[in-house]
Amino acid sequence: MTQSNVAYQVMWNRLISVVEEQAQALVRTAFSTSVREAGDLSAGVYDIQGQMLAQAVTGTPGHVNAMADAVAHFIRRIGRDNIFEGDIYITNDPWEGTGHLHDITMVTPSFHRGALVGFFACTAHIVDIGGRGFGADAASVYEEGLYIPIMKFAQRGEVDQTLVRIVRGNVREPDQLIGDIYALATCNEIGHRRLIEMMEEFDLADLTGIAAFILDNSRRATLERIAALPRSSATGEITMDGFDTPITLKVKVTVHDDRIVSDFTGSSGVDKKGINCPLVYAKAYACYALKVAIAPEIPNNAASLAPFEIEAPVNSIVNAIHPAPVALRHIVGHFVPDAVFNAFDQIVPGLVPAEGAACLCNFQVSLRPRSDGRAPADARRSEVLTFNSGGSGARPEHDGLNATAFPSGVMTMPVEATEHAGPVIIWRKELRPDSGGAGQQRGGLGQFMEVGAREGHEFDIQAMFDRVHHPAKGRRGGGEGAPTTIVQDDGSKMNGKGKQFVAHGRKVVMAFPGGAGYGDPKDRGAASIKRDLARGYISEETAAKIYGLSPSDIAAVQSAVTKGEDV
Amino acid sequence: MTKQSVRLGVDIGGTFTDVVLEVGTVSFSAKVLTTYVAPENAIIDGMQQVCAKAGIDPSAIDQIIHGTTLATNALIERRGAKTALITTEGFRDVIEMRTESRFEQYDLNLTLPEPLLARQMRYTVPGRMDASGQELLPLTRADIEPVVAQIAAAGYDSVAVGLIHSYLNDAHEKLVGDVLADMMPDAMVSLSCEVSPQMREYERFNTVVANAYIKPLMKSYLGRLEGRLRDEGVTCNIFLMHSGGGIISIESAAEFPVRLVESGPAGGAVFAANIAARYGLDKVLSFDMGGTTAKICLIKNQTPKTSRVFEVARTYRFKKGSGMPISIPVIDMVEIGAGGGSLAHVDAMRQIRVGPESAGSEPGPACYGRGGAKPAVTDADLVLGKLDPDNFAGGSMVLDTASSAKALTDVLGDTLNMDAATSAFGLAEVVDENMANAARVHAVENGEDLSEYTMIAFGGAAPLHAGRLCEKLGVDRLLVPEGAGVGSAIGFLRAPFSFEANRSVYMTLAGFQPDKIKALLADLQSEATGFVRNCDAISPILSEFKVYMRYSGQGWEIPITLTEDQAMNPDVATFEARFIEDYVKLFGRAVDGMDIEITVWSVNATTPPETVARVEQDAGLGVAAPHETRQLFDPAVADFVSAGVVLRDDMAVGATCDGPTVITEDETTIIVPSSRIATRQPDGCIDMRIKP
Repeated sequence: MTQSNVAYQVMWNRLISVVEEQAQALVRTAFSTSVREAGDLSAGVYDIQGQMLAQAVTGTPGHVNAMADAVAHFIRRIGRDNIFEGDIYITNDPWEGTGHLHDITMVTPSFHRGALVGFFACTAHIVDIGGRGFGADAASVYEEGLYIPIMKFAQRGEVDQTLVRIVRGNVREPDQLIGDIYALATCNEIGHRRLIEMMEEFDLADLTGIAAFILDNSRRATLERIAALPRSSATGEITMDGFDTPITLKVKVTVHDDRIVSDFTGSSGVDKKGINCPLVYAKAYACYALKVAIAPEIPNNAASLAPFEIEAPVNSIVNAIHPAPVALRHIVGHFVPDAVFNAFDQIVPGLVPAEGAACLCNFQVSLRPRSDGRAPADARRSEVLTFNSGGSGARPEHDGLNATAFPSGVMTMPVEATEHAGPVIIWRKELRPDSGGAGQQRGGLGQFMEVGAREGHEFDIQAMFDRVHHPAKGRRGGGEGAPTTIVQDDGSKMNGKGKQFVAHGRKVVMAFPGGAGYGDPKDRGAASIKRDLARGYISEETAAKIYGLSPSDIAAVQSAVTKGEDV
Repeated sequence: MTKQSVRLGVDIGGTFTDVVLEVGTVSFSAKVLTTYVAPENAIIDGMQQVCAKAGIDPSAIDQIIHGTTLATNALIERRGAKTALITTEGFRDVIEMRTESRFEQYDLNLTLPEPLLARQMRYTVPGRMDASGQELLPLTRADIEPVVAQIAAAGYDSVAVGLIHSYLNDAHEKLVGDVLADMMPDAMVSLSCEVSPQMREYERFNTVVANAYIKPLMKSYLGRLEGRLRDEGVTCNIFLMHSGGGIISIESAAEFPVRLVESGPAGGAVFAANIAARYGLDKVLSFDMGGTTAKICLIKNQTPKTSRVFEVARTYRFKKGSGMPISIPVIDMVEIGAGGGSLAHVDAMRQIRVGPESAGSEPGPACYGRGGAKPAVTDADLVLGKLDPDNFAGGSMVLDTASSAKALTDVLGDTLNMDAATSAFGLAEVVDENMANAARVHAVENGEDLSEYTMIAFGGAAPLHAGRLCEKLGVDRLLVPEGAGVGSAIGFLRAPFSFEANRSVYMTLAGFQPDKIKALLADLQSEATGFVRNCDAISPILSEFKVYMRYSGQGWEIPITLTEDQAMNPDVATFEARFIEDYVKLFGRAVDGMDIEITVWSVNATTPPETVARVEQDAGLGVAAPHETRQLFDPAVADFVSAGVVLRDDMAVGATCDGPTVITEDETTIIVPSSRIATRQPDGCIDMRIKP
């Protein structure tokens, strides 16, 4: 190793820091709650070929590969001869961006001493893009909102005002969206400034040397991990609720000498409703599942992602093509890791978790003054979006995580903040006992939520839940997680997906799913069972019937709780 | 004044308790090992030492100011009292569910930190307030009494109360507090509406729980300390440094001990701010590097940057999100696992990684010769010639260069095909880059450009790395003050009496209510002033008004400072103009046509800052003569060069030395890189600038 390699080590660290700064600038200036509260965004730096060199670690594995591939599409669509200093490009193309119209991706070419040296890209999930609004109800992408093909947002520093006017005229919250678009442009600009500072400090004319250093080391490290795996293949499967008909994901994972292929042949075809997934988004989650299992600490870049390949028949649920509706592509996407784990567990047993809640338990409420009686003068209309999580699957050595997102990594919003966003009341948000699948390692608990409106309001709830009919399945003898339930407080039935009316005075009572268990519950350690009982993670009945805790042990635990002791 | 004022500053740190006595302008310091079982013992020991040096009796001390890591450690080590929480029905698990996210995306075996109180220690009562502070569901004594009866029967010593929206309407929390006082008169009670009246239930509940958890411990410690000091003849008032960089009475500290968290590092920031004032510097980056961590803080206009929430007890490589949030006024610092003891290894990408694992004091870095086999930052510093093996810590310890070289070769060099010196260079570069990256990200989060900043470095390891850090950050000027080793304790003596009161109340500019604002700010002002008046009966008390504003729909507020006149005669046009002005400064452009809202209101009451005499900056008055030369690794040429060694005490005021030079003193060593020139200032600071 030579001195210059010490400099390259420093530069690699620096580039990762540059993209973290880039992402941070976006969080600070964004308007959409999905970006600033939940962290649904991504940012990266690329060489002039469009190869991703570094990417910020944010809440969204789904953006990983999508972002890695996006810049190449931009270079092709814009044309190399048409790239100028001061340009900013934009798209929300689900197939060349990050999977649905609600993600805006922006790319900025970076020039140093008059020459193109690289690109910065960032993407963010915005709250509204027009059309029917965020939900699964569209029959085609045309109904899902405004489509912006890859084009210039600014040329040589000059913003395209025609585009701005078209965007403004087509969305429900024009100021917010334009604000978010400018925030995306700002964040690329911050990345660019830091990159140029680094190039001046190290007296670099281009990124060729550092790019080769990053990509070579990442490729070698990734291939070493793959080489350490058995050469074999296995098939995994998972079935989920879908919109009104169940969807099956089937995946054959094959470990080759220098790559791992996930083949989704045999999965369900495209759905009529907007829960279809473009291939790039499914690829991101398949790749995430394998990478988190075998190479978690290798940073994401073109070379570390390349060995993870995906195949899927055109017009399958994971390879929906234009004009299929794709707004809620995250639901299918979030199930992909569980399907991949079901296969990979047969290749390397004892590494991956049991199934978990999989998709986020999100809902949006559209509140308005009551229509069945006199509404108070201050009653108003409001849109409130919330992000919530069920339990994650138990791991070979650890219980699943209670009410924690996996594979997504986004955050929930504080109840007190949500209640300021509109006349909504969250009556309950707490852990759901007995919802974690039984096992030697217990599945993570889901959660209860109850939502209503303030006096004088009624609302529609846009449900985006799964696992109502298909709870998480256990591994190696572990039990199922509890399924999702949703009902009104007067007993009226509700569906797991779609827009549904809730009358004045009613509440929606929801229970989000638990993760599944791992291993036989009979093998669970007595200390863990007693702790779970003391905390109320499990009921007395579960402790006795499923885990076989003796009546005297149960009495001892209950006595300790009465005395305020930890167990 | 006929009599010189005598003041004592005491900082209890993880390893050492630092004591500084100032008699007029003369100061005496002592470092004694922290005595964990009875921390007051080290204080008494240190106080006796400095009093002996100064030749005074403890009864002559006029004021004692104390900061401590004990509150932080009690939270990190979970050594608190038997504590229960009473919260709103339906929200029993707020402190356990956190943000429902994973702070590390790429770890299948991630475990989340346990909440301070297990689920069976969390009780619920009915009743509910809404987001405008109106009662949605009533709460009666009859609802509360059976719950308190259970808690009393279980024998809890301390009870936290946190109810939804209590920052807007505290009636229900106060009622629970009354019932607790009646039924459990001996228990300590903490209400979230008093400890941290801010929106966001996770942060507020966690803060009140943390306060309740450490309250019995801290109350008992402070009582014992006061008793011991009185026994020694101390008659003066005793005050505590708080997390926000000000001073509160011992009684307030015992009531709100969570405000003592990170008071030591806060003292360091105040120390740096005081030096900034001496030099009239408006933009300063303070850099405090010790044995296990480095702390970086932005100081603008001689005032450390503050924040309303921070994270304590990070459990996972200092990673953001892996600790517990505490929402109290605090000096905003970034802390990373980079200190003299931080250990290096090579990862799967054949990249050198440093920290956050630390060698601690046992076995210590390899060069301590106590069995450490992994290379630490100090080992790299030794091999690179930055440290003198025979003169470490004033010659109290001889360092073993061969052991350092072996550890570097074994762990880094053999894998990466590098010799010991190159391995050391790689290690030092990586740790410096880690710190530089942390500083850069912190600056961006605050919308600052570091190239306009001056760095002030203190703490044992900082002067070895600060020069290189300045090169990496494009910082032109660096000051290394005297007393760098006991900087926090000196900082305590420079801090004003202050207390910040704040409240979450939503108001849009469209719904601007001047009368409500006036009443609210007056209320906060009297609360904050009351605390300060308890500490200082005579000084004038200044009020600083701040509101946190944003565009409706954004999630991040920016702090807007108002003059007393702007605050007390609120006018919507002024509020809007002040917001737009600061927003454009931070983010480049305003966003037209959006409503603006105010989320948090804050009044900081403070005694006036000590007037600081500006230091004259002498130009080069001669060159300091090195008493020897040694081989020092120069990153600029990536090789060893011959560098002069100058004793700090030998440098006359105004004398200069060109880098590469090593300036040595008992407490630390200052490295002057080849790009810099150092000047000794009248106050003892080493002032390092880019060579002309």
